[in-house]
Amino acid sequence: MSDDQIPARGAEPEAAEPPEPGQTPAVGDERDTGSPSRFSGVLREIATGGAAISVFAVVLAMVAGAVLIALTDDNVKTAAGYFFSRPADTFSAIWTSVSGAYTSLFQGSIYNFRRPDFLDGIRPFIATLTFATPLIAAGLGVSIGFRAGLFNIGGRGQMLVAAALAGWVGFSFDLPAGVHLVVALVAAMAGAALWSGIAGLLRARTGAHEVITTIMLNYVAFYFISYLLRGQGLLQAPGSNNPKSPAMKPTAIFPALLGPRYDLTIGFLLVIAATIFTWWLLNRSNLGFQFRALGENPSAARVAGINVKNMYVYVMLISGALVGLAGANQVQGVITTGFTSGIDAGIGFDAITVALLGRSRPWGVFAAGILFGAFKAGGFSMQAAEGIPIDIVLVVQSLIVLFIAAPPLVRAVFRLPKPALVTRVKTTRIQGKKAVVTK
Amino acid sequence: MQPGAAQPGASGTGASPTGITLARAVVKSWKAPIALGVFAILSLVLFWGFGRDGVSMFQLSTSSDAIQLPDLQLPTKLTGVVVPIILVLITLWSFVLVYRARKVPLWLVSLYAALFMVVFLAWASAGDSLPVPGLLVGTIVLSAPLIFGALGGVICERGGVVNIAIEGQLLAGAFVASLIGSVTHSAYAGLVGAMIAGMLVSFVLAAFSIKYFVDQIIIGVVLNVLVAGLTSFLYSTVLSPGGAALNSPPQFPRINIPVLSEIPILGPVLFRQTIIIYIMYVTVAAVYFGLFHTRWGLRLRSTGEHPQAADTVGINVNRTRFWNVSLAGVIAGMGGAFYTLTSVGAFNKEMTNGAGFIALAAVIFGGWKPLQATLAALLFGFASNLQNVLGVMGSPVPSEFMLMLPYIVTIFAVAGLVGKVRMPAADGKPYIKS
Repeated sequence: MSDDQIPARGAEPEAAEPPEPGQTPAVGDERDTGSPSRFSGVLREIATGGAAISVFAVVLAMVAGAVLIALTDDNVKTAAGYFFSRPADTFSAIWTSVSGAYTSLFQGSIYNFRRPDFLDGIRPFIATLTFATPLIAAGLGVSIGFRAGLFNIGGRGQMLVAAALAGWVGFSFDLPAGVHLVVALVAAMAGAALWSGIAGLLRARTGAHEVITTIMLNYVAFYFISYLLRGQGLLQAPGSNNPKSPAMKPTAIFPALLGPRYDLTIGFLLVIAATIFTWWLLNRSNLGFQFRALGENPSAARVAGINVKNMYVYVMLISGALVGLAGANQVQGVITTGFTSGIDAGIGFDAITVALLGRSRPWGVFAAGILFGAFKAGGFSMQAAEGIPIDIVLVVQSLIVLFIAAPPLVRAVFRLPKPALVTRVKTTRIQGKKAVVTK
Repeated sequence: MQPGAAQPGASGTGASPTGITLARAVVKSWKAPIALGVFAILSLVLFWGFGRDGVSMFQLSTSSDAIQLPDLQLPTKLTGVVVPIILVLITLWSFVLVYRARKVPLWLVSLYAALFMVVFLAWASAGDSLPVPGLLVGTIVLSAPLIFGALGGVICERGGVVNIAIEGQLLAGAFVASLIGSVTHSAYAGLVGAMIAGMLVSFVLAAFSIKYFVDQIIIGVVLNVLVAGLTSFLYSTVLSPGGAALNSPPQFPRINIPVLSEIPILGPVLFRQTIIIYIMYVTVAAVYFGLFHTRWGLRLRSTGEHPQAADTVGINVNRTRFWNVSLAGVIAGMGGAFYTLTSVGAFNKEMTNGAGFIALAAVIFGGWKPLQATLAALLFGFASNLQNVLGVMGSPVPSEFMLMLPYIVTIFAVAGLVGKVRMPAADGKPYIKS
């Protein structure tokens, strides 16, 4: 919990200036006083083990994954059968299975040393970025919700709506090259924003909990898109019996970013832009400040004059638009040959773990998205090369989030020093600094 | 939010008489009549605009019943004309009630829903016969895991721990029930295994949320992913290669309760089930009674409503929470066992397919109360089974819209009829003793 407080501190100079916190001169003012504290904040975080905890959490999760891989490996099982006569066999079998798995994970996600030249060897890393693209976009959407105290589990439905709209614009209109792409993208993001905005509106007007409404909207979207994909003249490819849409027109497809050799599209650039936008929105804009105030304490936000009801709607609209970017990327960048109702590929739910791992900070989500992208890319090659089901990736990912969420546990395992006292000093020091700033 | 919402009520009970009138004026809510109106218009469009000819038969008895009821026959066209008029009248009445600042009573809403259901079924099954007992038996079967999950959720959240991990508990229960059941050749051992598996998932939830004060929603979401990953991984590496030896658990036999199972309609539905369903009846009653009429329930609710107060009177808040979260896992685990030991018969990757989230919706829909949550779970089960039955008969509505129905109804119900449900005051907040 104390971790939530730390980055919120970056906002406090703004909070110290109640009249018009979003005005440009005020923000400029803030930056002078704000930047040294931000820098020391980074130092503090490393010193008290924030970064160390993350690294150790990844290590711990990988060890747990290794245990699972070794336990279920056939060679290990046979070797363990005669463990007491030749124990070395068991250990070498364990080593072979685990190292083989993690080597192929690395070669599938970062760099493949078996390729002759660099451009081929780096392909796995580019694949990682490709897998990371929708995860980051959707993760950003979920994280904005978290920062405002709203839980958007509706990523699946929002992605489906976005994919359907981008797909429909993409295959049924004839537009000039650049325009077509943009129109499809905007349609997708607007559609997803409105779909998620329903949940925000219901929360604002009736108090219906967004966890329920977004889950329900997931199912509604899924069945509705399934229906559209099943009907001729709707979204189904003409003359086909499969519940699948026609292929996208080339004008609506994201162009490749690094040439035809790699899969990476300009979707990745859009995601970088989205990350910068989200950072700006949350940390530098008036609206984002209100979002965070709402997330910290809705009652206090209301007392401070923030229109809480409108904020619920805005949060869900923006959150949905970002998730919609992920949906558009799926049909315009990844699967351009026509989509089915499984186009979301579970990204809407993965995005929740990405947002959690990134602690709902835009660049944290970016990094978490790349890590999970790497696991996804590597997981496929691990499955192909070593026959280890890709589900192990889910286990490792969730364990990482679990360990990062509970620093005391990781500290206990690795016998790291306790920062409990430091944390308390930290908060008081921050408050003292704030008082100075207001003077 | 809670203090803000409570204020009008608090001022209403205060001494000032003007405060009371003001509070009453605010309470006047048009949500219920508007929601009823929407469905009334829908029924007019559907049943008048797209009226169907023929006679709708409702089969009320199965062939094995001792007492045979005659089939109920309704002329489809006439039903489709008359019932929507009644629905419109009820809607108008509810508008009048709200205009006079009175609440729309629950029985009126229930009557409305029942009438809507009858006319819809008559319309959908025009010229065909609808097996009512079959429809209801299927409802129980599809609802059972939801009911177990929802009861687990109610216990957990009443104690102040948000349980998003119901999905994980169901899945873990299903997996372990299949594995243990197959290995020991005993469905009962499988059921016990499922209970323990659900409890283990709960232990993680409890340990992280109560001991380490980690955000409960985060833990719940992550646990779902963890259990899904773990069971899928083990399914691929252990259960699948093991084949029949590891993934073909024995099934619970159906037990007919002597006299009760001969009651028309209710008998085949409620009393010709497997032991796990009878356990479910007992659990629903026990949770309801326990929660509101025993010391255990009072203590549990107090830790969820006001942990400081509970602590002050000597209740160990965190221990109470820990064991009740574990109990919730045991109950949800039984729901998981129902999949592999009764309804499906073998474990499959992610076989719960979001049932845990539906159970969570049932908890909130039911206002964190066991009986209401059970009814909500039954509604979900009924709607998905209705789709199955109508799909077999060749329904005029595309099956996707039938499948969508329960979710739309839930959105309407949560937004309109129930309105702002009040969650336990300390739900989701860790108790840090100072």
